[in-house]
Amino acid sequence: MDGIALLTITVLAVFVGFEVVSKVSSTLHTPLMSGANAIHGIILVGAIIVAGQASDPWVLAVALLAVVLATANLVGGFVVTDRMLEMFRGRKRDLSADKEPVSKTPEVKSPEVKSPEVKEDFR
Amino acid sequence: MATSLLYLAAAVCFILALKGLNSPRTARRGNLVGAFGAALAVATVFFSVRMDNVPWILGAMVAGSGVAAPVARQVKMTQMPQLVALFNGVGGGAAALVALLELAHTEDSWVRVAIVFTLLVGAVSFAGSAITFSKLQELMTTRPVVFPGLPTLMGAVLLAAVGAAVAVVFSGSLALALALLLLGLAAGVLLVLPVGGADVPIVISLLNAFTGLAVAASGLVLGNVLLVVAGTLVGASGTILTRAMAAAMGRSVAGILFGAFKGGSTAGSTAVSERPVRSSSPEDVAVLLGYAQRVIIVPGYGLAVAQGQHTAAELALTLEARGIEVDFAIHPVAGRMPGHMNVLLAEANVPYESLKEMGEINSEFRTADVALVVGANDVVNPAAKTTAGSPIYGMPILEVADARQVVFLKRSMRPGFAGIENELMYEPQTTLLFGDAKESLAKVLSAVKAL
Repeated sequence: MDGIALLTITVLAVFVGFEVVSKVSSTLHTPLMSGANAIHGIILVGAIIVAGQASDPWVLAVALLAVVLATANLVGGFVVTDRMLEMFRGRKRDLSADKEPVSKTPEVKSPEVKSPEVKEDFR
Repeated sequence: MATSLLYLAAAVCFILALKGLNSPRTARRGNLVGAFGAALAVATVFFSVRMDNVPWILGAMVAGSGVAAPVARQVKMTQMPQLVALFNGVGGGAAALVALLELAHTEDSWVRVAIVFTLLVGAVSFAGSAITFSKLQELMTTRPVVFPGLPTLMGAVLLAAVGAAVAVVFSGSLALALALLLLGLAAGVLLVLPVGGADVPIVISLLNAFTGLAVAASGLVLGNVLLVVAGTLVGASGTILTRAMAAAMGRSVAGILFGAFKGGSTAGSTAVSERPVRSSSPEDVAVLLGYAQRVIIVPGYGLAVAQGQHTAAELALTLEARGIEVDFAIHPVAGRMPGHMNVLLAEANVPYESLKEMGEINSEFRTADVALVVGANDVVNPAAKTTAGSPIYGMPILEVADARQVVFLKRSMRPGFAGIENELMYEPQTTLLFGDAKESLAKVLSAVKAL
């Protein structure tokens, strides 16, 4: 691919990046930092290419070190972000579970369904 | 052709991952889409170019994830900022190593420009992140480290780095590239050492953006569009986030990085003053809370460290059962990162509608009978408004001083993260309750129940 095409893509990616991220609420800034962190772990692709073409053992050793570091960045980044976001989803589900009985009052009467949710909801 | 399309699909996955963070409802799914995109891209690369050493590479990948995944799964939520710094650093290191190895494969000066950029920025990010990690993990002092001649040394390192970079572009010399790598590492250390206290997380975000740019540049080196797009996305998002965080603290990014160079401006005192304060028992605090009409709880990092979120949530529940209106006031940089406190309280199932942002709650402190400050200090320190030259001067704060009574739950009189005293603790309407945040809360809770 020629330089101008790559430059075009770079400039467009800057705009997409600003556009997408400027809408993220401050509540999610920590997961955003962590999620962006995971994405740049894609340098793993570059590390694999370099390692796959290495013939000198020293070059291979350095390339493999890059593969280890990049994998740690990629895998660790996505796992940590998922753990944080799991908590946000849990709270949202509690709230929706809270609201549902209001609309379906006659049906939801069984106590064993309701009580654990009530207990979990610290208000 | 097929390869390009698969990379395009992966790039779209990354954009969707960031877009998903617009709402807590779609965020987790977005992150999983991003992880899928990464897996797709990594699988693609094995079939796209001539590939030797495959068993070695797979082994290295197993080793990398074998170390990172358990750490990522077990780390405490309070330690999240330093883990993000650590993962960011290794990413920057990987980008620098890739660039170093590509130097032998090119004669093109423009590619060499991209190589020296990746080398330098990746090395700065690696070394800088290592220092931020050590500061947050308290392996070293969290205070700014400044010594005479630091600005001169920094200038010399940067000058030498630029010189080495130009020389590498013209000569392609591997030895000079290694020198550039070392200079980058030194620059990273020197850049972060003078940054202290509450400014450290902002530097993590900045270095995150740096790593993104290094990855984008390595994409130019390898002619790989996916790396260019992903790296640029992170560079752009990291830049926005860094500016948002700096704004939340009333600082400029340049002021954060170079403030200490001017001397004094970020160096708070470590001395603990001997002035008298009013301390009281959990029972007294319980009476204050139990007969209030409106209570605002101000959670800080101390609450999180003590794992007191659940007790705080239960205290709020108990007070509300007595007909008292209770809210949590969240400062944008409460905890160690913007939004960090929301993550910690979400872990404790505190309902979303009880969490109020600073702009929303600040005018309400006037109507509050009690502001209960649990393990927070800097984010309520009036010095941010009144004391020019204080490390936190200009940072928007929670106006707890407006409440009729202020109760501080604190471990000791030791100053907070920014290393400065809080005048509010000596005010007549202020009461202190010393002890571990969780234990104190538990005592107050049982005393409220006994009222």
